Amino acid sequence: MTADQITALMPFFVLAGGITLQLLVIAFMRSHSVAAIFTAIVFVAALAFVPGAASVGTVVIHDVVTIDGYALFFFVLFGIAALATILLCYRYWEERVDYREEFYILLATAVLGACSTAAASHFVTLLISLEVLSISLYAMIAYPQSGRPPLEAAAKYLILSGAATSTMLFGIALIFMASGHMDFAPVGSVAGNDAVYAAVGQGMLLMGIFFKLSLVPFHMWTPDVYQGAPAPVAGFVATASKAAVFAALMRYTVDAGLLETESIAFIIVLVGVISMVIGNLLALLQTNLKRLLAYSSIAHLGYLLIALVVAAELGATSIGVEAALVYLAGYFAMTLAAFGVMSVLSGADGDLEDLSEYDGLFWERPVIASVLAAAALSLAGIPLTVGFIAKFYLFAAGAENAQWVLLWALVVGSAIGVYYYLRIVFLMTKKPDTESTLPTAAPAGLVAVVVLGLAIVVLGIAPAPVVDLVQSLGGP
Amino acid sequence: MNLLAVILFLLGAGVVAGIAERINANAPRLVSLAAFVIGLAWTGMTWLGGPDAMGLYGHTEFDWIPRFGISVILSMDGLSMMMVTLTMFLGIIAVVSSWDEIEEGRGFFQFNILWVMAGVVGVFTALDLFLFFFFWEVMLIPMYFLIAIWGHENKAYAAMKFFLFTQISGLLMLFAILVLVYLNYQSSGVITFAYADLLEADLDPSVAYWLMLGFFVAFATKLPSVPVHTWLPDAHTQAPTAGSVILAGILLKTGAYGLIRFAVELFPQASIEFGFIAMLLGVVSILYGGVMAYSQSDFKRLVAYSSIAHMGFILIGVYAFNEIGMQGAIITMVAHGFSTAALFMMAGAIQHRLHTREMSKMGGLWVRAPRMGVMTLFFVVASVGMPGLGNFIGEFLALLGAFGANVPLTVAAAVGIVVAAVYGLSLMQRSFQGTPNPDVATMQDFGVREMTVMVLMMVALVWVGVYPQPVLDMSTPFIQSMEALR
Repeated sequence: MTADQITALMPFFVLAGGITLQLLVIAFMRSHSVAAIFTAIVFVAALAFVPGAASVGTVVIHDVVTIDGYALFFFVLFGIAALATILLCYRYWEERVDYREEFYILLATAVLGACSTAAASHFVTLLISLEVLSISLYAMIAYPQSGRPPLEAAAKYLILSGAATSTMLFGIALIFMASGHMDFAPVGSVAGNDAVYAAVGQGMLLMGIFFKLSLVPFHMWTPDVYQGAPAPVAGFVATASKAAVFAALMRYTVDAGLLETESIAFIIVLVGVISMVIGNLLALLQTNLKRLLAYSSIAHLGYLLIALVVAAELGATSIGVEAALVYLAGYFAMTLAAFGVMSVLSGADGDLEDLSEYDGLFWERPVIASVLAAAALSLAGIPLTVGFIAKFYLFAAGAENAQWVLLWALVVGSAIGVYYYLRIVFLMTKKPDTESTLPTAAPAGLVAVVVLGLAIVVLGIAPAPVVDLVQSLGGP
Repeated sequence: MNLLAVILFLLGAGVVAGIAERINANAPRLVSLAAFVIGLAWTGMTWLGGPDAMGLYGHTEFDWIPRFGISVILSMDGLSMMMVTLTMFLGIIAVVSSWDEIEEGRGFFQFNILWVMAGVVGVFTALDLFLFFFFWEVMLIPMYFLIAIWGHENKAYAAMKFFLFTQISGLLMLFAILVLVYLNYQSSGVITFAYADLLEADLDPSVAYWLMLGFFVAFATKLPSVPVHTWLPDAHTQAPTAGSVILAGILLKTGAYGLIRFAVELFPQASIEFGFIAMLLGVVSILYGGVMAYSQSDFKRLVAYSSIAHMGFILIGVYAFNEIGMQGAIITMVAHGFSTAALFMMAGAIQHRLHTREMSKMGGLWVRAPRMGVMTLFFVVASVGMPGLGNFIGEFLALLGAFGANVPLTVAAAVGIVVAAVYGLSLMQRSFQGTPNPDVATMQDFGVREMTVMVLMMVALVWVGVYPQPVLDMSTPFIQSMEALR
């Protein structure tokens, strides 16, 4: 290994080494606070090595891993999401489970899996990373010892996600058979019978990925899993796991020229349009905040496909990739904020997920309610919030590539979305008729929630730094 | 002074008002009032200071998101100056009109008022399309809160309807803005949202027509014009008094301003082609609004429908495409701001005293509260279009302009003035005259605070009605530079 390769991999090494140390720490000293703080330090240390890794430029290691600005951007996103999750779940576990320390190991392995998924440039890395991520997630979802919903959600996720992975695997096998490549190489040159295998393989690969991204029509699991999962974990699933898969999909699409096959390009546009429309329409009907956010995440992933299509058409350094990264950054802030509010307001007897329980929150908890309002307005794409800038970026990207069908779906979807996001805000402004029974928020959780809320507004007003950063990354 | 500072000042005052509630329950309204008085004083001084060599009263420009050629460009010419002054003035009226009305959440209430007005000032001064859209939306959310939290019995429905209409039409405008920028980028190679650059955009006429429609729908919804007016009667009726004053007085004018400054200026040729339809919509609004106003039994709803009728005059004035019509539209914007704000304030005052807006439960109120009676009479007469008052000048000029463009439509619109007299006098008759309603034994008359602002608005209306030249002069440079009028 060259020095550059080591520097580039340092954040990953730190994270992996941290996980090993963590096991030892727990073996010798079982303490919730030590485990939480140690994990936070590991993440901060790993993030501290990111600038160094970025300084050596794009490093490809044996064709299997590509560490570039794009991968490191996701590394930072996942690291921040993990830090937020630690802050949000500390008190949550304190009140609910007896053995809390192992959760942080699972969180760290999930982040490691997510980060390497974003850096994967080979099917083997992709599969291994995805499995590291998914298996950690199953355990994280099922983590509470009592109560059926988490177990149910984890079992559902395990079975369906396993099926999706095997579909992907079959697809990969077909692609390999047709092209002889396991790296993300173009299969456009494959001719004859093999071309059919390659197309079918890519279709199956895409199916698996669409499942993990919960795009329509592979979205059925999402609301159930979100609802059953503990609130802080649901926030992590909604952001990190989806973004990791999307990062891999984007890299594969660009490297392998996925959209050059016309039928596949058509499928992606179609899935994008129906995800935007169906996701938003189904979200309209929800009375449970977790389910609402689940359906809205389906729509948001549909919006992201616009960026994917544009990136595929215009290339790796185009506005398409920029739009995706900005959108994901904003999506992280607003989704984590929404689930964060839910986490800090949830008492020991269950998550605060019924929308009617948010009645009058503005009058009882003005700060927390403002954060949720900012998150909801941001998800709706109202100016002053990062959600607007992000949606605007997508729009600009779509316009540059003249993707009018997708853009109309975006407009229609956003118009529907405004209604149900606004309903959250409206419920919070109602006059409360009963005395509040909400628990007081834990200081750590409150800090996380307020910082996320501020991020939503600050990035909405002054997005130039993030835009400049994303522009300088150079794409996958 | 820096125009951004003015907007930030209002936003900051909103935050201060929100916090001030913790110190004293009465502090927020004082903060809010002080902010608008300072704002009005600032506009007054800037107005007296006169424009610079470019004809501007203020200009601020710097990069915001360079990646997309988005800048903060705030610029105040005569037209903007006038609208900003009206904003500050109506801010004072709004605060005073809801002086005692709000019991709970006073800090947040004033916060919302100040933030709406900050957004409105932004809309009236922004000359970058992205920034304009940004402010267009900034004024929306606080207004939503004003209706949803402090509104009357059916507030949830009204607030949601208001938000959805404005938001969805706003999305269409955003779509049009982005396509316009993109097409301009294709032909010129520069990504820019600056108004001055986009005026030069080279567009295919058929595309321009569609883009113009995107803008027109957003502005016509805000104005509002038939057939996208249905949010207005609900929103106005359900809003708290200050909300109605702001909505009718100034928010509707942002639609009119947008039509003049953006829809017509950016797409002159397409607008001229569309002129007949727009005038037709204006005439329908005038007649429909008038007839609907007459059939209302709710004081506030009647005034709300009358607004639709008055806004119709703005449409026919603007789309007549001559200087007189345009001037008429602008004077109507100003005069309607005063007269309707006063009538909504009156509706709020009556509801505060009698706990009803139903005119059947009023009657003969003049005996109980003569000062309120006189004031209502004055502003009803003004809104009906009595010569010597501002509304007359506006509507007369608008009709005069329209006459040069389309005679049959003008005749139909003129009938609207007769309808206005019918519903105006019927309002007066049903509430303040006739047999005193035995259920209303006493009603507290206006005090010094209310009379002061009423008299201020009277003076303003008389001034615009008798000596409108200063107002005309303010907007003349912009109107004469308009592409569509050549």
